[in-house]
Amino acid sequence: MIEIQDLYKYYGDRRVVGPLTTTIGQGEIVGLLGLNGAGKTTTLRILACDLLPTSGSVRVGGLDVVEKPHEVRGQVGYLPDRPPLYDDMTVREYLAYAARLRRVQGSGVEKCVSEAEELTELGDVRHQLIGTLSHGYRQRVGIAQAIVHRPAFVVLDEPISGLDPVQIVEMRELVRSLRGEHTVVVSSHILTEISETCDRILVIKDGEIRWQGSEADLSSQLSQGMRVQITLRGGEAQARQVLQGIPAVENVETVDAAESGESLVTLVVTAAGDPRDELCRALVGAGIGVLELGRRRELEGLFLELVSEPVDGERRKKKRRAQEAEPAEQREEA
Amino acid sequence: MSQSLLIARRELYAYIRSPMGALIIAAALLGGGMWFNWRGVGQPLLSAEVLAVFFETASGMVMLCSVVLGTRLLAEERQSGSMILLKTAPINEREIVFGKFLAGYLMIVVLIALTAYMPLHVYLNGKVSFGHIAVGYAGLLLLGAASIAVCLFASALASSQVVAVIIGAALMLALVLLWAPAKVTEPPLNKFLNGLALHHENFRPFMNGILQLKSVAFYLVVTYFFLLCASKVLEARRWR
Repeated sequence: MIEIQDLYKYYGDRRVVGPLTTTIGQGEIVGLLGLNGAGKTTTLRILACDLLPTSGSVRVGGLDVVEKPHEVRGQVGYLPDRPPLYDDMTVREYLAYAARLRRVQGSGVEKCVSEAEELTELGDVRHQLIGTLSHGYRQRVGIAQAIVHRPAFVVLDEPISGLDPVQIVEMRELVRSLRGEHTVVVSSHILTEISETCDRILVIKDGEIRWQGSEADLSSQLSQGMRVQITLRGGEAQARQVLQGIPAVENVETVDAAESGESLVTLVVTAAGDPRDELCRALVGAGIGVLELGRRRELEGLFLELVSEPVDGERRKKKRRAQEAEPAEQREEA
Repeated sequence: MSQSLLIARRELYAYIRSPMGALIIAAALLGGGMWFNWRGVGQPLLSAEVLAVFFETASGMVMLCSVVLGTRLLAEERQSGSMILLKTAPINEREIVFGKFLAGYLMIVVLIALTAYMPLHVYLNGKVSFGHIAVGYAGLLLLGAASIAVCLFASALASSQVVAVIIGAALMLALVLLWAPAKVTEPPLNKFLNGLALHHENFRPFMNGILQLKSVAFYLVVTYFFLLCASKVLEARRWR
């Protein structure tokens, strides 16, 4: 569906994206994960035919974005980091305008607008002026304009930016609901969002894809075995004893000391394979109250591992050493 | 063409929804009416001379309103972030520019139409031909088209409305004041500069009821040239 081959983007002498090569399949939801300035927005703007690549090729549905930009634009829906809205229009008027701009004809406009409103749950505010909507609704209108012409490919740049927790959950559901009918590329630097929403993650740093795969792939590649988090009601010593008696268990760490009164304790168990059922059976069998047991979400740590700069640490050390070597008077002057 | 009409409709809709369009036109009519009353009605002039004063006043109103209305057309979209909707839609730059031009020009046409009571007053109470009025209005419509095109070009260049107004006003002023360097230069340069002046040499025949094809062609060429420049600027910026 989308083929990116040796894509590069330079601003002057500065390389912002590249070399970037990947393929995104039909109906997939792919997350572009990276720190600020990693090249996510630039990549998305190229995919949306808003920015000309310096070199390389990007093909959407077999069409090259540089050779056939108009045809590609008709197949792409794009939500930039700041939704392109007109405050003086009602939601319905705006969506109809966006559909007609994307060459939806005649009676098809009404149908497309109704579908987009339904999918993004904008029915209640369809006659309200966009300028009077909350931030969450404005994001929804932004997504609705991106899908109103039923594009095969939807590009969403930081769709959850600035949303409150309830709106984040709703937005997550909304993005998931696009699966199948649309191929979706979502960018975010909020790691859990990407892992919750996407089928595949592309970790991008300095404009290059550093890693791609699912969260499980990432976890298994970077840490040996699985890490399971268990919350217990008391009995830390007994629990440790029980857990260490299980052959698959390699290590048991206490991450949360017992809270006064509640006597809760949280342990993280590192084990080979998937030992969750075995751990649960052993603890319950020993009469220990298990409140929670689940795979520890470690994408954040793993992501940092992928994008971390070992050089930075070295640089900091060198800087500290240089500062220490500097005479006290010079430091004061500075 | 249908996409241009769609863009023009949205733009006009924005003028109607907000009081801005009405306020600009009302202010221009008030200022222009007062100026005409002072310079035309209150003076011992022949009816044809009063009518010429009216067209001179109206041309000033048209040029001022063009700066205010025309410079916001693209710069506002860019400033508010809605430009990306047009940039990523399957429409070309000419359609965008023509749609914006149509909207701005229609507002100028509304302004020109609302001035009709002033020449009507002269027509009913004095001795002027209908042809003089018709030619004068044709001149205003041509000057309006050229002025909106110049300001739309300024709007395409600028990233904010304030900068667009400054560029637009400077361009308009330069084009209007070309008669000044023409006065101190020798032929054929002075003829060339006079011929390029947006108002002086090219608008005066219309003011006096003379339909000069050379001036009609001048305004049409200026309109086309600046619209073309605006679409080229958008084209260059679209991929950046």
